[in-house]
Amino acid sequence: MRLELRGLTKKFGSFTADDNIDLTVEPGQIHAVLGENGAGKSTLMNMLYGILEPTSGEILIDGEPLTFSGPSDAIAAGIGMVHQHFKLVGPFSVADNVQLGREHTRGGGVLSAKAAREAVLDVSERYGLRLDPDAICEDLPVGVQQRVEIVKALSGPETELLILDEPTAVLTPAEITELLEIMRSLAASGTSILFISHKLKEVQAVADTITVIRRGKVVAELEPTASETEMASAMVGRAVTLTIDKTPAEPGEPRLEIEGLTVVNGAGVKVLDGLDLTVHSGEIVGLAGVEGNGQTELARTILGLLKPDAGQIIIDGVNVRSHTPSRRIADGLGYIPEDRGRDGVIAEFSVAENLVLNQYKDMPYAGGGVVRADAIRQRALGSIAEFDIRTQSPNELVSSLSGGNAQKVIIAREFSRPRHLLVAAQPTRGVDVGATEFIHQRLVTERDTGTGVLLISSELDEIYAMADRIAVIYNGRIVGEVAPDTPREVIGRLMVGASMEDAEHADPDEVEVTGPEAEETPAAEAAETSAPEADDTPTTDSGTSESDSNDEQSNGGDR
Amino acid sequence: MSNDAQAPATDKSEPGPKKAPFGVVFLRYMTEANSVMVTVYSLLMAFVIGAILLIVSDEYTRSTFTYFFSRPQDAVYASRDIIYESYLAVFEGAILNLNTLDRFAAGTAELGDLLRPISETLLYATPLIFTGLAVGLAFRAGLFNIGAQGQLIFGMMGALIIGFSLDLPPIVHIPLAVAAGAIAGAAFGAVPGVLKATTGAHEVISSIMLNNIAALFLVWALSTSFLHSDTKTDLVSKSPDASATLPKLLAWLNPSLRVNLALIIGIAAAVLVWWLLSKSTFGYRIRAVGFNEHASQTAGMNIGRTYVTTMGTAGGLAGLAGAALALGVGSTGITTNTALEYGFDGITVALLGRANPAGIVAAALLFGALKAGALSAQPDVPVDISILLQAIIVLFIAAPALVRAILHLRIPRGGLVTLEAKGW
Repeated sequence: MRLELRGLTKKFGSFTADDNIDLTVEPGQIHAVLGENGAGKSTLMNMLYGILEPTSGEILIDGEPLTFSGPSDAIAAGIGMVHQHFKLVGPFSVADNVQLGREHTRGGGVLSAKAAREAVLDVSERYGLRLDPDAICEDLPVGVQQRVEIVKALSGPETELLILDEPTAVLTPAEITELLEIMRSLAASGTSILFISHKLKEVQAVADTITVIRRGKVVAELEPTASETEMASAMVGRAVTLTIDKTPAEPGEPRLEIEGLTVVNGAGVKVLDGLDLTVHSGEIVGLAGVEGNGQTELARTILGLLKPDAGQIIIDGVNVRSHTPSRRIADGLGYIPEDRGRDGVIAEFSVAENLVLNQYKDMPYAGGGVVRADAIRQRALGSIAEFDIRTQSPNELVSSLSGGNAQKVIIAREFSRPRHLLVAAQPTRGVDVGATEFIHQRLVTERDTGTGVLLISSELDEIYAMADRIAVIYNGRIVGEVAPDTPREVIGRLMVGASMEDAEHADPDEVEVTGPEAEETPAAEAAETSAPEADDTPTTDSGTSESDSNDEQSNGGDR
Repeated sequence: MSNDAQAPATDKSEPGPKKAPFGVVFLRYMTEANSVMVTVYSLLMAFVIGAILLIVSDEYTRSTFTYFFSRPQDAVYASRDIIYESYLAVFEGAILNLNTLDRFAAGTAELGDLLRPISETLLYATPLIFTGLAVGLAFRAGLFNIGAQGQLIFGMMGALIIGFSLDLPPIVHIPLAVAAGAIAGAAFGAVPGVLKATTGAHEVISSIMLNNIAALFLVWALSTSFLHSDTKTDLVSKSPDASATLPKLLAWLNPSLRVNLALIIGIAAAVLVWWLLSKSTFGYRIRAVGFNEHASQTAGMNIGRTYVTTMGTAGGLAGLAGAALALGVGSTGITTNTALEYGFDGITVALLGRANPAGIVAAALLFGALKAGALSAQPDVPVDISILLQAIIVLFIAAPALVRAILHLRIPRGGLVTLEAKGW
């Protein structure tokens, strides 16, 4: 299918979300749309999928102008969409989820389980997407759930164009590799793909054409050979440095000592299992790991929201077992939660109110139980200037800020009070390139002033760029602590549970495990795939990117 | 960076030259489904629907519609008359009696007679201010306090017990009895908070159950010799001592004007709640927890303690309503009927007032007026009209999308405002 957008514009009142967008997706092409948060990507996709009506402009499919009054029109026209947040019914089986909304029946409203299963098997065979139609969706790993979404999108009548909205945001590195594979094979079989992302590496690896959107306008059309710096600059609208300037760490006395920490959750599962970890002053310890291996619980236990069942946490030489979260915060623990909207800010509060969320009853912001609005406002004005928070005024609600600016509010809150230890969980998740750069810089400055920083991130790139020491977490334990120059594949193997010896002694030329089978036979799986990602450094230049795309192609051939 | 910084600046300067004349702005505001206009339209539409029901419920008017096509004027006039007479009767009972006004002008009535409807309105509004605040304050912490009725009953008993069992001068006795009401209500109100904080029990379920417990406890308590009246045989309590009865505010004009000191306490309570919410660290915590308990917890706030203190404070406010009833109206003791539905009406008052103290006072006055008006207009007008109007108003307030759809209003910039409790 050939999709063409001509002068597509969407206005919300006086605000123009998308302005005169032209874009063409050729049959069997992977077309990446790259842009920061709030650039207008989602609005564009929603117009394409019939959720929003364009203010002006046309959507042409195979040369014919069409208007969609709802997603069902788009589906009928052969467009399938995989949303960033999955729309699956957890307790339903894969087959039931795929047929949702267009159920296979035997007539008279009786469901036909057989027809549903066969339909799933048919699609998954046709496109090489392995799926068990009887599996219950909520039990599946996130990557497989996404495969269900893709199959669901593809099982529409004659789906020829697939929209993938930030599909890699929730995936593990191995799952990302696999998704990119799937995208390539889909494209090879003639399906056009519109790929929305702000992750440069993936776009570079998989796209045939790249359209960059900034502030609702197409600002650049790039070839996949463009360097990451080029793409980032086009996205942000100014020169961006992707490298972080930092001097070697000078670790001092231990700030955080964790010994044998064990936490059992409500279901009786050990989410932390005898975990040991030490963070010294003046160093950034990067905690790498596939999400769901205990990172969230570790952070919450350090803050005191979860009670350890065994083991201890020592902050600045003091066992904090009996300390409440507010005491730990007052004693100098900085905390950047991983789920910003849930745990980090109160959306309905103003910027100023959010900036004192954990100091609201301390001098000078309050006295005798009375809030001092003036002091809070002064503080807010200072933080807005220092941390470059883009807001109209301190009284603006945080809900109206972009993700990056909301994150800056949290950073400003945690960095503007005395602290010795900082736990930063996914500090740049959902944050655009410009703000990421800023946050990374602040974390390094923080380290240099003697704070111990524990950086929890599911993005290996971020860990590599920031950490002075890398600890890998798997199933609630630290399975390895390595230096930041350790090859990716070693960490990749540790992340899926290989022992330190296995990970190190595997031939460094054999690279990057893929797929869920990796868990059982990491070595065998590793042998399947090919080489060059080994020299993939965090600061990729265009040379590496070329070798990357070569690598992808050879991978594509394997399947 | 310079590019990015420029854009917001130009955005800001834009509205300057575009400033529309007042009339246009006003009209735009009127046709928009913002929270003020939705409230206004809800009231108007409630009165329209109330009018239709008045027509339908009146036998004579209904009969004129049977020959509507031969003599439509009969039906039209009859409808007009019934609407006009009914609403006028409610108005006269609640605000100003036009007959009395004539007599006052002629010199045959006193100022006290003229103020009687207002006094009645204020009297009925007083407990609603307290219970509205009790529900509204909890709302701000994300708690749905259905238990104001039970808290009110306990406040009533607390105030009464101090009111008849101690022998003190009024200057001490009144504050002590009122405080006892607040404390009893607070203690009872804190129970759902404690249950929620310690066991996770939902406050709606536990406070509904506690309402029943309170009502049945009152029946039992009234039958004990400690509370039961020494002189009467039916289920009535002892009366509070004269030294504990709330003084009437307008007794100097006419002793039959029943509005009493509780009104002043109610307005003071509203001011206090406003201050608490907007100026105190306690209020900051209430609002933070109400909007996002997870972020509040992450910032080190003790969520459980906030639930307990908020529910306790809310219970105290409802307890004050009980004190106002036990020490005010008639002052001849309490029965199982004294509490009426004031606690439940507090929920609708808080909804209409959008959990905002000034709004709650206004809503309480409106509902107090409806109640006073309907009571004085019966039997000519069915007394249920006041309950009916309240219900319709709240129905529309709770469903702004409905009001918007009926009147074809525009959606305001920030979207429709619906008041809803979290945790459902």
